[in-house]
Amino acid sequence: MFIKNYFKEVFSAIRSLLKGMRRTGYYFTHHKEIITQQYPDNRDTLNLPDRFKGEVVMPHDEKNEHRCTGCTACELACPNGTIKVITKFEINAEGKKKKAIDKLVYHLELCTMCNLCIVACPSDAIVMAQTFEHSVFNRSQLTKILNNPDSKIMEGIE
Amino acid sequence: MFEEIGTTTDGDLIINVGPQHPATHGVLHLVITLNGETIRKVEPHLGYIHRSIEKMCESLTYRQFIYVTSRMDYLSSHINNHACAMCVEKGLQIEVPERAKVIRILLDELTRIASHELWWGAMAMDLGAFTPFFHAFRERESINDIMEETCGARLTMNFIVPGGLMADIHPNFQKRVKDFIRLYKSKFEEYNEMVTGNVIFRNRMEGVGYLSKADAISFGCTGPTARGSGVSCDVRKWFPYEGYEKIAFDEVIETGGDSLSRYMVRVREMNQSIRIIEQLIDAIPEGEYQAKTKAVLKLPKGEFYSRVETARGEFGVYIVSEGGTTPYRIKFRSPGFSNLSALDQMARGSKLGDLVAMMGTLDLVIPDIDR
Repeated sequence: MFIKNYFKEVFSAIRSLLKGMRRTGYYFTHHKEIITQQYPDNRDTLNLPDRFKGEVVMPHDEKNEHRCTGCTACELACPNGTIKVITKFEINAEGKKKKAIDKLVYHLELCTMCNLCIVACPSDAIVMAQTFEHSVFNRSQLTKILNNPDSKIMEGIE
Repeated sequence: MFEEIGTTTDGDLIINVGPQHPATHGVLHLVITLNGETIRKVEPHLGYIHRSIEKMCESLTYRQFIYVTSRMDYLSSHINNHACAMCVEKGLQIEVPERAKVIRILLDELTRIASHELWWGAMAMDLGAFTPFFHAFRERESINDIMEETCGARLTMNFIVPGGLMADIHPNFQKRVKDFIRLYKSKFEEYNEMVTGNVIFRNRMEGVGYLSKADAISFGCTGPTARGSGVSCDVRKWFPYEGYEKIAFDEVIETGGDSLSRYMVRVREMNQSIRIIEQLIDAIPEGEYQAKTKAVLKLPKGEFYSRVETARGEFGVYIVSEGGTTPYRIKFRSPGFSNLSALDQMARGSKLGDLVAMMGTLDLVIPDIDR
């Protein structure tokens, strides 16, 4: 009886091992079911979803105009001081003083991509871009100025 | 402070596992007292990844502090965010729209499956099987893709905000979740074939790392660790939140108390999560995804507590407010800390080689223990 049970156990053990081996053998012979992506060779065909949070950017239109009013809502919403808004006063055509941004400094090295600044922005001036390869050789390259040089605020945005 | 490698006065050998050791899944330091190959005592030393998150939260506003909790238990970051948002909502008495509640549950359960998938792969890898790791990541990848499309991130989402959600779900969400359910059901049998039924795996798990029901309660274990010892402790059943009381699902309980029971609880829990998702995916109500909230959130003076069931156990958030825009004090009750404290009791008397298997079944995430 003992010997019978012993051999029974041995055979069930071998069967359980073969079951697992059969599964790995299946994938060994079925290459089409393998889903590995060959990054970075597939960079050209890589599609990231629209909502992917890669980095904060400020879109400009063809006339080099942005939508930022310099209200500092993003600066207040940011949990770790990633965004600094430096404002200046511009004199417009009617001779009135108007607040505008001089620089919108963005520290990518501090950013945690929490999306709170995008939600806080009342005029949709900043959005998340789908870039994700952020490695640089010098840390100072990660501090970015989001508004283009000589850019202006779009008309009609208060 | 720390014992070095050497012997104690009665001839026992002391060895250190970690803090930099691949089997501890992070920076956990175990000081093990050995008598031959038998474990006498296991002493976990913590603090190698302590980032003082609780103190940090005291200088952040009620909207800002939520993103930090994703960095604690990064495998169930959605569920951590959910607990924090619920606690703030409790203080402000915000009524969350039904649509947001259902989507929150869906995302929670997807996160739970993703977390258990990763645990399953890593657990098999601890025991020396490498293939299951990739098989688990294949299914986890499709959950990550769903998260990426809807929340914009794969691991630290920060999608749940006080009052509801940051954005509505992506138009593809329902279709992709259904695709995932189909994929999961077709692949689930592989899990049992490869690991659960395997003779080597069973011999290393059965009867190893026994934790009695009384010990599980007295150490404060929660989640699958306690349910493997027969303790009924599912927060979703005992203290239902966000409408879990309306959903049909079973609390998975195994009474064995050994490593295999804890393993089986998690594997069966994945199926229950699938069951919850199947009930809700076609029943997402129409309406707003966010309640109207003030621009600056100010909690009234008082103390607020809310708890959820993460993939590892009970996660609690305790906020003391003085009436300002930032909390006076925040305490997080993390499941990993209590579960780890039971490791010494489990390991005493067993062999050194089984220690890694026991740690695997505890499903430790070290940043969650240290905070």
